[in-house]
Amino acid sequence: MGGRDTDIVLLDENGIRCDGRKINETRKVSIKAGVLKNANGSAYIEFGQNKILVGVYGPRDVHPKHLSDTDTGILRCRYHMAPFSVGERKNPAPSRREVEISKVIKEALEPAVMLKQFPRTAVDVFMEILQADGGTRCAALTGASVALADAGIPMRDLVAGCAAGKAADTVILDVNNEEDQAGQADLPIGYMPNLEKITLLQLDGVLTPDEYKKCIEIGIDGCKQVYEIQKKALQDKYFSKGDDD
Amino acid sequence: MTNEKKRHVIPGEIIVSGPYRAEQNTIMEGNNIIATTIGLSDVHDGSVRVIPLTGGYYPKDDDLIIGKIVSHSAMSWEVDINSCYAGMLPATDVFGRDFSSHSDNLSSKLGNGDLIVARIVNADKTRDPLLTISGRELGKIDSGELVYISPSKVARLIGKRGSMIQMIESGTHAQITIGQNGLIVVSCENSDGLLKAIKAIELVEEKAHVANLTDQINDMLEIKSD
Repeated sequence: MGGRDTDIVLLDENGIRCDGRKINETRKVSIKAGVLKNANGSAYIEFGQNKILVGVYGPRDVHPKHLSDTDTGILRCRYHMAPFSVGERKNPAPSRREVEISKVIKEALEPAVMLKQFPRTAVDVFMEILQADGGTRCAALTGASVALADAGIPMRDLVAGCAAGKAADTVILDVNNEEDQAGQADLPIGYMPNLEKITLLQLDGVLTPDEYKKCIEIGIDGCKQVYEIQKKALQDKYFSKGDDD
Repeated sequence: MTNEKKRHVIPGEIIVSGPYRAEQNTIMEGNNIIATTIGLSDVHDGSVRVIPLTGGYYPKDDDLIIGKIVSHSAMSWEVDINSCYAGMLPATDVFGRDFSSHSDNLSSKLGNGDLIVARIVNADKTRDPLLTISGRELGKIDSGELVYISPSKVARLIGKRGSMIQMIESGTHAQITIGQNGLIVVSCENSDGLLKAIKAIELVEEKAHVANLTDQINDMLEIKSD
């Protein structure tokens, strides 16, 4: 059911996927915090072949003024794909898809960020997709939460993102571009590991209730792995210089 | 209750569990005290706080700050205080109670770009923080070198009961005014002392999380003076 017909073998008889991973293995993730000088906080994330740069500004004055809220600060997110991020040139104007992803990422970060402390201000998060290879929304969310922490914005927890899905009738972790195109389902998850709360959950495709439960289970497991890398990125920036306490 | 050692924490990390008070940069979630910012955790006498290593300046009542005049209206100056909120300095604070917007010209006292040492009178976040420059050691800055550091590291630069800043001042014979918002004015009669003081301030900013920083700064000040 579902998926497009291609000649790619998504899963071979040994349970190895098209890029050589096992079914419950994430791609290689690396994160570096504080890569931009002019932003208050920033991060660069490589999530497999995805390459994303995130810059955070704020809290700062809200422009236009009518958007400001006297009770709380506001969070604004912009997810944008560079024209060269995909095979065929992408029009740099915001597409329907980008507007949607900006919105879901904003809503996934909001439970973590404590904006009540800064009424009448805005925190701006800019996520620039330099190279896309499936699962950019999870990768951008992961990078954005590191950049927010780097900016020193108070947060209840970091938000880690990782997708689960279904391809070749098997539940898999961290769906890549081929599996997204030819697979049967994609279920991105945003998760706060210490509070044990899900902040982003979408589903594209069809899953049975059992498969869905399995996806959530391994997806959260993937988020926990990603969280360890987020943690390390922040520790590397702030605690590695000089002697340790 | 025993005092725990300082630990490096990141947002979401559980510092302690149990009957503790959650103070600066921490929240209570069930039975756990959680850090909300990157910093050093400090558990002391049943209360928990995190000394931040990053983040901007948020105005607090009675803070001494250094600000730059950005513009003025008929009744007040707008001051850039290196924060998400702009400071307001009312004209009556400078001209006195008989200030008249017809006869007094605000730009005759403070022009755009002037630096002031000010104290925050009221910072309730419902409106912009109110400043005053009437008081001892407050007012317009005429001379000195301006240094910027991250506002989260100001506490480290001052040190316990001012130990760090006193050491730098006595080691270089410079006069240093520290604004809580991360702006610092250094003035010194000889240029060597001035440069050395600025170097020391920059070193504190770079190594704010290091434990024996006071000794390192002391070494640096002594080596250079030989």
